[in-house]
Amino acid sequence: MTDASHRDTWRRHTQRQGLTIWLAWLGLVALTVWCWQIMTRDTIWFFVTDAPTQAADIGSRMWPPRLSYLPELLWPLWDTLNMATLGTMLGILMAVPVAFLAARNTTPSALVLRPAALFVIVASRSINSLIWALLLVAIMGPGLLAGVIAIGLRSVGFIGKLLYEAIEEVDSVPVEAVIATGAGRAQVLDYAIVPQVLPAFWGISVFRWDINIRESAILGLVGAGGLGLKLQSSLNVLAWPQVTMILLVILATVVVSEWVSARVRKAII
Amino acid sequence: MNGYPATWKRPPQIFTHRGWRIGLQTGFAVWLVLALATLDPNWARIVEGWERGLRFAGGFLQPDFTSRWSDISKGLVESLTMTLTSTVAGIVISVPIGVGAARNIAPRAVYLVCRSIIALSRALQEIIIAIFFVAMFGFGPFAGFLTLSFATIGFLSKLLAEDIEDIDEAQAEAIRATGASWLQMINYAIQPQVMPRLIGLSLYRLDINFRESAVIGIVGAGGIGATLNTAIDRYEYDSAGAILLLIIALVMVTEYGSSYLRKFLQ
Repeated sequence: MTDASHRDTWRRHTQRQGLTIWLAWLGLVALTVWCWQIMTRDTIWFFVTDAPTQAADIGSRMWPPRLSYLPELLWPLWDTLNMATLGTMLGILMAVPVAFLAARNTTPSALVLRPAALFVIVASRSINSLIWALLLVAIMGPGLLAGVIAIGLRSVGFIGKLLYEAIEEVDSVPVEAVIATGAGRAQVLDYAIVPQVLPAFWGISVFRWDINIRESAILGLVGAGGLGLKLQSSLNVLAWPQVTMILLVILATVVVSEWVSARVRKAII
Repeated sequence: MNGYPATWKRPPQIFTHRGWRIGLQTGFAVWLVLALATLDPNWARIVEGWERGLRFAGGFLQPDFTSRWSDISKGLVESLTMTLTSTVAGIVISVPIGVGAARNIAPRAVYLVCRSIIALSRALQEIIIAIFFVAMFGFGPFAGFLTLSFATIGFLSKLLAEDIEDIDEAQAEAIRATGASWLQMINYAIQPQVMPRLIGLSLYRLDINFRESAVIGIVGAGGIGATLNTAIDRYEYDSAGAILLLIIALVMVTEYGSSYLRKFLQ
């Protein structure tokens, strides 16, 4: 005679757990289908079925890239690199104080300044640099400066978040040792905390610089100068061979900057 | 008398040679001057824009949700539906690609194909992909859906593949020793090990996709970005402020929600 609760096959979940998991999956599928229906309500399906022809058409127009366009791209490339680097520096300048205000162990007031600093970080992180650029171009006119500030404003959140997490994770023993010598708050920061977070700081900065190179290449789409401006003007006149050339330049820049950033981070950490 | 110095200075860490340091510092200074010279700010335009900037700041403080609410809600619905469907579609596609891109379980040829798909998807920014999809599929959220799904593949497959490459081999070995087929090995040895991380990554990607859905509207791929672009073009800063506040609030909700869910599920 066998026990009623004993079964021949092994099951990972009890019946109740299995049912819950199954219902959760069903809910997810239903939600997705529902969202899909809302999303595609206004879709013109003719364009979708027509897409392979369009893709083949654009592809044939894009190839070969127009190599003679390359000299015209060197100046925008220089602009793009400057925009990314200056923007990163601006972001660092703003992010360092914010990070020290946001870190639990260095903030002067946990009630007022820390939430304010955290809000700055979240607000900066949730708005893409393209949107910042859109706003700044509307406010101060097209040009590199708008791009630099947009990159800087977006970098504040990224650098600030990673840096304040690094500050919160410092080893407290050196901090106590420096406090024990009778050091003031500023001296504790300078001798105990800064040396510990410096490698993380450089790593984060170089990582953000690498991301900023990618982003600054497209900021010109909304008028902030650099390669994106050339991309926009080539797209506007449907000069597809030039578009291919610009994309190749962007791709090469991104690969090089990623390599540089990986090398530097390896050397630091 | 003592010959020791009375003060201590931290020795340089990376560039120990004096010449290198001076060279790098001068090089940096020269570059900085050159780079700042290329900025060429148009001061007249900036002064003129200052008043507009103040109006925008005012719009942020007194956002106007009501007068363009129908456009805003349409954009939000597009963004949210686009986010969910593209994340689900992206996960469905990226799981097989991620499995194929793991060196320890996939044959060499499959590995190379999957890795090149990942590299292609990661090399291009969302906005550039969106430009092409809009050109091919027409304006609207469908192009945005495709863009975000494509971008999700690069992100999720790469991290999933790396996770599979890092699994504990002993468990795969044990399952193989029972005479399990390849599919059974995936199901019983690998899936339990990578599932928590896969769920975490998917939720994280959901969060990223929402943020990106606010951007790709600028090039015509639907969503709240298109509404925002229109509001800024019309200088309706109070509506633009309302949209930005909504984006920030929703990003905060998805971020905290996804981190809470991740903790709950793991």
